[in-house]
Amino acid sequence: MKHYSFLELAKNAFSAHQNWGRQWRAPEPKAEYDIVIVGAGGHGLGTAYYLAKEHGLRNIAVLEKGWLGGGNTGRNTTIIRSNYLWEESAALYNHSVKLWDGLSQDLNYNVMYSARGVMMLAHTVHDIQVFKRHVHANRLAGVQNEWLTPEEAKEYCPPLNISKNIRYPVVGAALQRVGGTARHDAVAWGYARAADDLGVDIIQNCAVTGIRRAADGSVEGVDTAKGFIKAKKVGVVAAGHTSVLMEMAGIRMPLESNPLQALVSEPVKPAFPCVVMSNTIHAYISQSDKGELVIGAGTDQFVSYSQTGGIHITNHTIDAICELFPMFRRMRMLRNWGGIVDVTPDRSPIIAKTPVPGLFVNCGWGTGGFKATPGSAHVFAHTIAKDEPHPIAAPFSLERFRTGRLIDEAAAAAVAH
Amino acid sequence: MSQPFRIEKGGRIDRAASLSFTFDGERLSGHAGDTLASALLANGIHLVGRSFKYHRPRGILTAGSEEPNALVGICRKGDQTPNLRATQVEVYEGLETVSQNRFPSRGFDVGAVNDLLSPLFPAGFYYKTFMWPKAFWDRVYEPVIRAAAGLGNPPKNPDHDTYGNLYAHCDVLVIGSGPAGLAAALAAADSGARVILCDEQAEFGGSLLTETAATIDGTAPAQWVADTLEKLSANGNVTLLPRTTAFGYFAQNFVALAQRITDHVSEPDPRLPRERLWQVRAREVVIAAGAIERPMVFPENDRPGIMLAEAGRTYLNRYGVKVGHNVLVATACDTAWQAAFDLADHGVTIAAIADVRENPPEALQSIAKARGIRVEKGCVVTGTTGRKRISAALLGRLRGNGVAAAGEVACDALLMSGGWTPTVSLYSQSRGKVVWNESLGTFVPGQSVQNERSAGACLGIYGLNAALEDGYAAGENAAKAAIGRSGTVSRAQAHGADAGEGGILGALPHDRDPSKVKAFVDYQNDVTAKDVKLAVREGMHSIEHIKRYTTTGMATDQGRLSNLNALDIASKALDKPVTDVGLTTFRQPYTPTTFGIFANISRGDFFDPVRKTPSHDFVAGQDAAFEDVGQWKRAWYLPKDGEDMHQAVARECETVRKSAGLFDASTLGKIEVVGPDAAEFLERMYTNPWKKLAPGRCRYGLLLNDAGFIIDDGVVGRLAEDRFHVTTTTGGAAHVFATMEDYLQTEWPDLDVWITSITEQYAVCAVQGPKARDIIAPFVEGIDLSADAFPHMSVGSGTFCGVPCRLFRISFTGELGFEVNVPRRHGKMVWDKLAKAVAEQEGVIYGTETMHVLRADKGYIIVGQETDGTVTPDDVGMNWAIGKNKADFVGKRGLARPDLVAGGRKQLVGLLTKDPKVVLEEGAQVTKLANPPAGTPAEGHVTSAYHSPAMGRSIALALVKDGRRLTGETLNIPMPNGAIPVEVVEPFFYDKEGARLNG
Amino acid sequence: MLLIQCPYCGVERPELEFSCRGEAHIARPADPSATTDEQWAEYLYLRTNPKGVIAERWRHIHGCGRFFNALRDTVSDKFLMVYKAGEPKPDPAQFSKEAGR
Repeated sequence: MKHYSFLELAKNAFSAHQNWGRQWRAPEPKAEYDIVIVGAGGHGLGTAYYLAKEHGLRNIAVLEKGWLGGGNTGRNTTIIRSNYLWEESAALYNHSVKLWDGLSQDLNYNVMYSARGVMMLAHTVHDIQVFKRHVHANRLAGVQNEWLTPEEAKEYCPPLNISKNIRYPVVGAALQRVGGTARHDAVAWGYARAADDLGVDIIQNCAVTGIRRAADGSVEGVDTAKGFIKAKKVGVVAAGHTSVLMEMAGIRMPLESNPLQALVSEPVKPAFPCVVMSNTIHAYISQSDKGELVIGAGTDQFVSYSQTGGIHITNHTIDAICELFPMFRRMRMLRNWGGIVDVTPDRSPIIAKTPVPGLFVNCGWGTGGFKATPGSAHVFAHTIAKDEPHPIAAPFSLERFRTGRLIDEAAAAAVAH
Repeated sequence: MSQPFRIEKGGRIDRAASLSFTFDGERLSGHAGDTLASALLANGIHLVGRSFKYHRPRGILTAGSEEPNALVGICRKGDQTPNLRATQVEVYEGLETVSQNRFPSRGFDVGAVNDLLSPLFPAGFYYKTFMWPKAFWDRVYEPVIRAAAGLGNPPKNPDHDTYGNLYAHCDVLVIGSGPAGLAAALAAADSGARVILCDEQAEFGGSLLTETAATIDGTAPAQWVADTLEKLSANGNVTLLPRTTAFGYFAQNFVALAQRITDHVSEPDPRLPRERLWQVRAREVVIAAGAIERPMVFPENDRPGIMLAEAGRTYLNRYGVKVGHNVLVATACDTAWQAAFDLADHGVTIAAIADVRENPPEALQSIAKARGIRVEKGCVVTGTTGRKRISAALLGRLRGNGVAAAGEVACDALLMSGGWTPTVSLYSQSRGKVVWNESLGTFVPGQSVQNERSAGACLGIYGLNAALEDGYAAGENAAKAAIGRSGTVSRAQAHGADAGEGGILGALPHDRDPSKVKAFVDYQNDVTAKDVKLAVREGMHSIEHIKRYTTTGMATDQGRLSNLNALDIASKALDKPVTDVGLTTFRQPYTPTTFGIFANISRGDFFDPVRKTPSHDFVAGQDAAFEDVGQWKRAWYLPKDGEDMHQAVARECETVRKSAGLFDASTLGKIEVVGPDAAEFLERMYTNPWKKLAPGRCRYGLLLNDAGFIIDDGVVGRLAEDRFHVTTTTGGAAHVFATMEDYLQTEWPDLDVWITSITEQYAVCAVQGPKARDIIAPFVEGIDLSADAFPHMSVGSGTFCGVPCRLFRISFTGELGFEVNVPRRHGKMVWDKLAKAVAEQEGVIYGTETMHVLRADKGYIIVGQETDGTVTPDDVGMNWAIGKNKADFVGKRGLARPDLVAGGRKQLVGLLTKDPKVVLEEGAQVTKLANPPAGTPAEGHVTSAYHSPAMGRSIALALVKDGRRLTGETLNIPMPNGAIPVEVVEPFFYDKEGARLNG
Repeated sequence: MLLIQCPYCGVERPELEFSCRGEAHIARPADPSATTDEQWAEYLYLRTNPKGVIAERWRHIHGCGRFFNALRDTVSDKFLMVYKAGEPKPDPAQFSKEAGR
């Protein structure tokens, strides 16, 4: 693999960039692999990368029905943060944030992780209680998160409207300075290039059509658009399509797949310095390096694989953005798209072994999977390689739905009075 | 203020109306009917801005909404709207415009250094560098990249314009008003269908407004447009929407339109919205979006003065502007020849027509010859010169696979045409799959997925008469499908403007050094043919990867100009047919759409409904501070004489316990449960037993979900054998009601029960305190209020101030308390009387904060504060609320799950700080050690903490692991400034025996 | 925004009048105490989540208030039929053909 650097770029400029090699190969599948990962998004490619890099495994394939990074990895609003309430979640997401910090150097691919700060707005007394609980819990867990007054919030994000006269005035904010954004495509590509360099076969346009099980019930391999591929272990990392794939192995999942929309504005000069989220009035916004305002909308209420959502969902989001940042009413929407998010009952992911020996699943990231990419991939690789959950992954089992030991981040922010 | 490039006469502008406007501060003139682009061109201005990445000088490329270069800022009322297309902005008197992405000026831009450094900046260069030193990314590299990127300046001030919203239904929605659209609208309207016709331009007519080389029914096309519009306007079933872009096509024929209303007006009527969103549900849709011309990809194809051929023709015929004095026409298809002929006929020198084809049609060649125009066949442009405006073009002769230099041609404008691309964006949005049409060399709509049909050029049907025919047929068929009948409109016949031939995709061959020249594919994003090839070389084999890696097709025209050229270049690099490479998805919006129309009236109090209680105005008059609880505004505390919150709450608390307090509890959810099976229904829903509750009595009810966790609580009063009055939390009201309906309708339809939300029907005044009975007694009739007749947890019906009343004797404060429920319309009257009576007894009006403190004294939980969706009845010490002999209730099975019965659960306890003055912070964590090392799991957290006037000290409630066993022990609350030691106590503090509330 | 036919009101109304309540035909066990933890978890949490035809519950919450069921193609979001609560589940396979998959 050619090392990427400014020097290399300058050198290649003299040869008119004719000599750059492929970032990854386009191999045909082999008949058999030690491990097959289904789904070449950030989580799946990362899993393959860490399996190869940290566990010394080489005979690995990543199968992708479309193009790598084409699912939620390439469709999300790229928010990175780890200020989750429960210790289990904070450990997982903080593990991820630590990996984000050196990811560009580790992969030798600039994923543009930018710790510009993530500010979560409080609008009610109840919000204050919830966010302060987060701040205190995070401090104890060693996760950076701090409380800001409305004035401090405005200082950090000057476009913010902290007028008392809006419908739900900003009454404070929780700020995680190490939170931020990264370039989503680069994450998929960086992992793909680095995994490919370690010998991982990334096979695109290769939909999995079946999961075969041996007589003893354990996994035997996968049927694909390119024929049967034998595998000792199979890891499903297919986000919105997880239920469909797991059904092939006879497993019903605690998941529902919903449309989630996002949109960008036309690019403008720097107008917005950080990431702002408001769970109460549903607004999620940052500005990309290209200058587009990147805005996350909500999910539709029904199961859908259409990758499109209703206009009323978009309307509601833009309402909130314009309420908090009234100068943006004159901005214009450039592009609006949808992804399919797989949502669990407790809004926490599943990173687990399954009842089928040799079959592993990493899913249920809902609306927030991007931020977890490196951490999720890292602990999932461990789980597959060792055939037992990484300590950080252990609480995120399928078993929790039977025992009732949920990791309920949604309930933790519940509203009632 | 002359307009040197305006032709003597002709065009659709109003020459009598001269308008003055500015561009980058320069005062210029134009005419009514001009776009900013046509007016600038009339003034001889081609250079209008700088490109995104290399800051190259750019001119006007098109005459439509696909314009990639000529994006400008419009200044109005002291603020700026960025990125508007000069080709769409209509000139009005006093219009102020500025160019973008340049510093200090569009003529001299320091960013242009990027163009010199461009060898370092190929596609995706940023993924390969800026990684060292690590800390430099967000501090140095990224800020520099950000400052250089972006297009216009963002608006700075809050937008004071208004926006409208309108829902509409129609039988046939026709999108686009060119020949096919107008014919479709005519045919559909003639059939009796309700028709909406919209077009993104200011004038209806589309290409017909440019067409001078044809006739329709013997008249000029523009005349036919006028006649047709007259007919449509006269039809009451037709809605005509100019300046209206159909930007989104959603499921079930739901189409969103953006109508621009005041942007083109010099002095807008302040009553009008700036723009309006139309959300149209159409039975049938006819898409007549036309086709756009494709640029040719040759080296240096981006200089100002280089323009699409049909755009040049449009500026001439529609706006009366010639784009230059000496124009070179480079083409691969027939239609551009007409541009040359029209210009020549207006005295413009045509330097040459250079056609890629070896054998352009003889008929065209002879017309050219008749006008003395030099024709070069088998000829491509291989480069251009001129810094801020094209001054000459290099020609090359095609020789097999190579190109031989064929000299230089001086010119001040270059019109190009690579052929035509049908506009399939909306069809694509409707989820239809485009198919490749080999003979046209482009993608066209395939099968319809929704109730939709494309007509005319957007379907690949070119030529005026063919487009008209197709439009009529589409309109008739749409009407037939929508309303079951179609009329027989007389069909106009067109002569001339026939479909031409030709067209080319991808990069043209040239004889230049490929490492030194740039041939642009995506103008706005500065993507060159080399970039696309590099992406393929690097392994980006999916068209989506190529798009994302190079950013081609991601500019504000969303690839309408560039997609096919990029696709062809990619397919050649990949050595795969274009059909195997595929097209990227078209997404809404079709063109950039103002946020304001989505938000429209939703601001301030219209952002979300405001629910107010009957006492709202009264307490607002007493300077109450309010808090938002759901959509309700609730009085939080009522400060007097400069009190702060702490002082006000202390006074309110003390007064309630000493005499009495009045509190507006109208926000609590109220549900009436009625029917023979009412008790059985509650028995199944709530944890508590209900069957033995006597009429006239109340009971506290606890509601779980089937997972076993607390989701709501409230007092339930039995009014009669078959009638219950259930109360819920304020925030939980809607959810509890929906949950009850769910179980009743879908699990237990056998139960004979009706449930009705009565939250809005009753106003509730809570009177609490030792003097509560004295205060309400004078108003009550029909209920014996004595302690024996009406003990704690009673409910009765009577009258209050002469109006019907449901009176509850309940307490959330620990004091003697009553809740007076009266019909909402009498709420204000009752509140006012009570307020007066309370004042006479030296009582107080109190808010939610005092309510919280008083209930915490008593250890009463608040759902959502002591609970968070993970808490069971046992966790909060409420096993007493569970009916032990019930076979089932919602949550019973869930409660038996392993983790819910396991040891080590967090339990509700009281905490007392060692220092009674210290009030803990809600949400603070509880630990065993005073200085726990980072990563120590917490034992629990503080759920409520207040200064309690009754206790004369601080109190707190907390959920602590195995907390009940820790009573009497000392734990710690680690804070940034050190730990606060606390003692674990039982979770109630005041009047444990309940003597006061039974008084 | 979907357009939904309420089988009780007999009219099509925009999605804003309705609330989707998840997969249909998941009956609460008649005797919950007789279920195992696995069975209870299955009732609470496990869902078919099909890519194709789903039978799901809707409530005409801002209309008649009634619950009803619908068959919908989760790929095109097209409604294939609606039916009243309590009516038997139609065979989704039959409608899969109609949905073209």
